[in-house]
Amino acid sequence: MKLSSRAKAVSQSFFAIIIGLLIGSFLMIIFGFNPINAYYALFVGAFGTVTDVLETLAFAVPLMLTGLTFAVGVRAGLFNIGSEGQMYLGALAAVVIGGTLDLPFGLGVVCATLAGAFVSLLWSLTPAILKVTRGVHEVISTIMFNWIAFWLTTYLIVYHFGDPTSAERSIRVLPSSRYLILFEGSTLTTVIFVAVAYCVLVYFILWGTKVGYELRVEGSNPDAGRYAGVKVWKTTLLAFMLGGIASGLAGASQIIGRPPVWSFYATLGNVAGLGFDGLGVALIGRNHPIGVIAASIFFGALIQGSRYMQYNAGVYFELVRAITGIIIIALSVPEAITVLRRWVKK
Amino acid sequence: MRIALGAISLLIVFGIAGIFGLDSKSILEIGLLAMTPLALTSVGEVVNEKAGLVNIGLEGILLISAILGVVGAEFFNNGYFGLLVGLMSGAAIGFVFGILSIYGRADQVITGIGINVFALGFIPYLFMVIWGVPGIRVVPAELHVPAFSIFLFRVHIVTIIAIVVALFSYYMLNMTPLGLRIKAAGEQPTALDVAGVRVDRIRLFAAIFGGALCGLGGSFMSIGWFGSAVKEISAGRGFIALACVVFSGLEPLLALAGAFIFGLAGGFATTIAITPGIKETIPFYFVNMIPYITTLFVVTVAIGKKRFPKESGKPYRRE
Repeated sequence: MKLSSRAKAVSQSFFAIIIGLLIGSFLMIIFGFNPINAYYALFVGAFGTVTDVLETLAFAVPLMLTGLTFAVGVRAGLFNIGSEGQMYLGALAAVVIGGTLDLPFGLGVVCATLAGAFVSLLWSLTPAILKVTRGVHEVISTIMFNWIAFWLTTYLIVYHFGDPTSAERSIRVLPSSRYLILFEGSTLTTVIFVAVAYCVLVYFILWGTKVGYELRVEGSNPDAGRYAGVKVWKTTLLAFMLGGIASGLAGASQIIGRPPVWSFYATLGNVAGLGFDGLGVALIGRNHPIGVIAASIFFGALIQGSRYMQYNAGVYFELVRAITGIIIIALSVPEAITVLRRWVKK
Repeated sequence: MRIALGAISLLIVFGIAGIFGLDSKSILEIGLLAMTPLALTSVGEVVNEKAGLVNIGLEGILLISAILGVVGAEFFNNGYFGLLVGLMSGAAIGFVFGILSIYGRADQVITGIGINVFALGFIPYLFMVIWGVPGIRVVPAELHVPAFSIFLFRVHIVTIIAIVVALFSYYMLNMTPLGLRIKAAGEQPTALDVAGVRVDRIRLFAAIFGGALCGLGGSFMSIGWFGSAVKEISAGRGFIALACVVFSGLEPLLALAGAFIFGLAGGFATTIAITPGIKETIPFYFVNMIPYITTLFVVTVAIGKKRFPKESGKPYRRE
């Protein structure tokens, strides 16, 4: 029973991906592109050489973390789409600590990483508290916080932590606070171990502890949760906190764990959008921490491959995010396969 | 209580404006422009939610229809046709959302998130394939639908349409058989079904109606208000409109009032950003936060005790 429901979930994810790619190819055809060339280029760009695979994994790092933010929220019955803003603050904190404190190597990395996670955690607490005390819907509050975070972060980069030699970016992270590059010539660093470890940790919290169990009960069956005496404020806060840390790590990973810039663009270009991509990652990964890791590699491949696709097939890389949206929409219709089958039979 | 709150915020806004020497007429004029997309979107969503559908993809609809409105205006070489194209693209997305929610029994929140993410990718892509520029397009002046002056006070035709639509929606929901059916589709779909009314058709109508109004709001932003289109043109307004809906407790006239408050916050911010002497002291980064902080403040303070329709957001299954 359990296996078959899992098989059904996996087949739904594949079905959604196929729908997304089909509608994506339709959007290419109407503007005169060849989808077969484009998808071939995308695949080659993502997996063609060892370096490409490493780049795909490097993109998977922030995606698994932002995906985890949304996934933990859904497990608790919440739609936490504040990953984007939390990530900005996390990245900013990492660049401030990593760029100003000259600590011995190791300690510098740890401090900058923790700073990113902690500031993002603080930023995620306000929507959680508004939800618990005033019943403010988290979709509205987290989006408002995303925009406030955007303007606050750009302001701080431009006015207080700007690079004196280059106006378009922040100060650079000192070498002692940078994660080590795993393979020469790629941008994959040891930060991937932190990301995977955090996903596994969240898996153990959700499936191995009492409070994690309560969180999942609250998400899957609030009535049962109420009868069992689950405190909603506790599960809501926990979900936001676990998610906030994940997004903070995601932001930090792109600053102190991603060569070659080692600084934060004032346009927020090195992290912008990764929070929203995480929504697709979480849903394809069925909101399960381990599934999220697998899904993040798929979306990492889409992003890495899309740059190659633009270069070789002329299809602009932005299309990939539109495909993500289609995949999310397809996943929102759980009975799509059944409905389609019935319709084909007719 | 809401009316009192609205009056107080009005006084505060104009009081602060007076102290700092801001132009109250400019705040009101820009505020009415900023109110328009919020009012159209939130009134449409009120009808939508009354019928039992919750569409949080409004942000994406605003963005897509704002850009497609410009595409349409340039194609037909007529700004008013552009507004219409925006309205129709909104209606089309509302239709797809309705089909997926009603017949596909979709999780409506996830569908809405998907619409928003789709717009985030589709719009920059469209900018590149149609205009070959990354993310900004100035609408040619002859296609711009500008505001007109009544006694030296500038008002836009779409603003008037938005107010009329809010009044009409109030009338429709409370005084017509169709309104009764829309409300029943959200509260007691089974009873409506037993009475021989197709719940699916009522809900689909509401979804298209809501999408169309949102689409008009979107194309108004690019063609009627800014006179240009950027890939972040919606800037969270879809979610501010959702805040209006929460504030209104699903009453179209209160949604209009909410949109007016949020619009004024926007007008206030814009006026600060262009007033000499003040714009130098307050960095525009903080001015840009004003609409979002106002939204958070209003939803926190004025959270409605009003009950939302019982079957809101749930697919209707025939027994």
